[in-house]
Amino acid sequence: MKRPLVELAHARSGDKGDIANVGLIAKKAKDYPLLVKQVTAARVARHFRGMITGPVERFELPNLHALNFLLHGALDGGGTISLKTDAQGKVFSTALLRMEIEVKR
Amino acid sequence: MSARPATVRVAGGQGFWGDWLEAPYRQVTGGPVDYLMMDYLAEVTMSILQKQKSRDATRGYATDFVDQMERILPTVVARGIKVTANAGGVNPRACAMAVADVARRLGLARKLTIGVVSGDDLLGRLDGLIARGHDLQNLDTGRPLHDVRDRVLSANAYLGAAPVVEALQRGAQVVITGRVTDTGLTLGPLMHAFGWPRDAWDRIAAGTVAGHIIECGAQASGGNCLSDWKTIPNLAAVGYPIVEARADGTFDLIKHPGTGGRIDVAGVTEQLVYEMGDPRGYITPDGVADFTTIQLSQVGKDRVRVSGVRGKPATDKLKVSIAYFYGYKAIGTLVYAWPDALEKARAADRILRQRLDALGLKFEAILSEFVGANATHGPLALQDIDAAAIPEVQLRVGVRSPDKAAVDRFTREIAPLILNGPPSVTGFAGGRPKPEEVVAYWPALIDKKMVEPSVELIEA
Repeated sequence: MKRPLVELAHARSGDKGDIANVGLIAKKAKDYPLLVKQVTAARVARHFRGMITGPVERFELPNLHALNFLLHGALDGGGTISLKTDAQGKVFSTALLRMEIEVKR
Repeated sequence: MSARPATVRVAGGQGFWGDWLEAPYRQVTGGPVDYLMMDYLAEVTMSILQKQKSRDATRGYATDFVDQMERILPTVVARGIKVTANAGGVNPRACAMAVADVARRLGLARKLTIGVVSGDDLLGRLDGLIARGHDLQNLDTGRPLHDVRDRVLSANAYLGAAPVVEALQRGAQVVITGRVTDTGLTLGPLMHAFGWPRDAWDRIAAGTVAGHIIECGAQASGGNCLSDWKTIPNLAAVGYPIVEARADGTFDLIKHPGTGGRIDVAGVTEQLVYEMGDPRGYITPDGVADFTTIQLSQVGKDRVRVSGVRGKPATDKLKVSIAYFYGYKAIGTLVYAWPDALEKARAADRILRQRLDALGLKFEAILSEFVGANATHGPLALQDIDAAAIPEVQLRVGVRSPDKAAVDRFTREIAPLILNGPPSVTGFAGGRPKPEEVVAYWPALIDKKMVEPSVELIEA
């Protein structure tokens, strides 16, 4: 069945220039492999279609049961240039948690 | 050589210029600490400070820090707590003189030695550096700094922990720096206290990780923490985080007893991934930390142990943060009420854009957001809701342009919509928006050997 990531993970996001980073952390270690398998860079790029102009990179931190995503071109130029409310990418974290993944019953 | 301590406590006191004014005092009085570190500098801050200094040679530093020192210096001196802060901005010496004045006023003359770390300011050296072949290419775009040279407002190399260590070794109790990395303000005290050599890469990396965790203040102790946020106790009296480090580089994250907030593995993990790039290579002037080696464990209530950190040698470059004048921007807002709040706001946005077009105004960017509907999660937020039922929506339109006149004219096109646009509109009490100058950030690298940090001591 499908479950939203917000039930399985928590997250924090921030900025580096025009890049928003989203750290996605499994609430339970046993769910980390699910995240690794399903929350791919390609899937995250599709999720944020229309919200970012560049590619998505993914890094794995198995020690922290976490994935780190870099969303390029997410912040309308970033920092002081940006006209966005979320110029520093603070809430891309919970936007990612809206994604649904497949979980065994 | 005095005996080395078994543990050293470094307390985080400010996560940015504007952080909670109560935090530093609570950190030095709420329990034992050896060091208080305070981070004041964001990228845009340096250009603001440079502008202040150009008008008045005695300014250009974080004035709030001097007020903080007035409040905590008696405790700091009585308890022998050392302070590291990058509050010096573009004028660390003037900041130190102001703190020395405060110390004398508090009757602490001759009881306080202040270390001043400078050498990071490259603004006056830029033309020489460019002439000698240092292009200072933009790390994101690859363009040479020459493109915007005539608009540069500030240029600072990020210094590491080394000059902080030197200041402490020479007897400074308060170390005031220019653009020293946030992490260097924590790593420096640990290197000094434990006598860590500069090439102890794993311990350098561990101290860097410690600095990363506490550099954003309460973000490591329950603030802005999504994990089980509703159960985090007493954020009103949140305890800021403290690193309790051992000589082998392992450390515990703690906070003072009786304070609010929470220190747990989930919250510390959130802070570890905050503003992260490639976790295998967290680069600072002092070394390269590998965040995939960090091990966390809950070893007590509000106590998380950090171990296993591995590091690699430092690179031969320093990052340079350059600020330059970019243009102008303005943001205008109006609030629309139910029924059809979102539809009304969208209609107002269309009308506004038609009018801007008809006026022939040119903008580099126009961005419209509908706060209450899509400002935080964009189209993702509107997938499963009845948009017509949204009780209210704030239309928020921003424009950006090199042409100040165009931005100024935009600011006069918002209010008319109240009487000549869609209905049920309010929320214009703030008046016409003001055009703001946009200062942009230009990240670059420079050879380390081109930057010579310097340390000066001032006696109060």
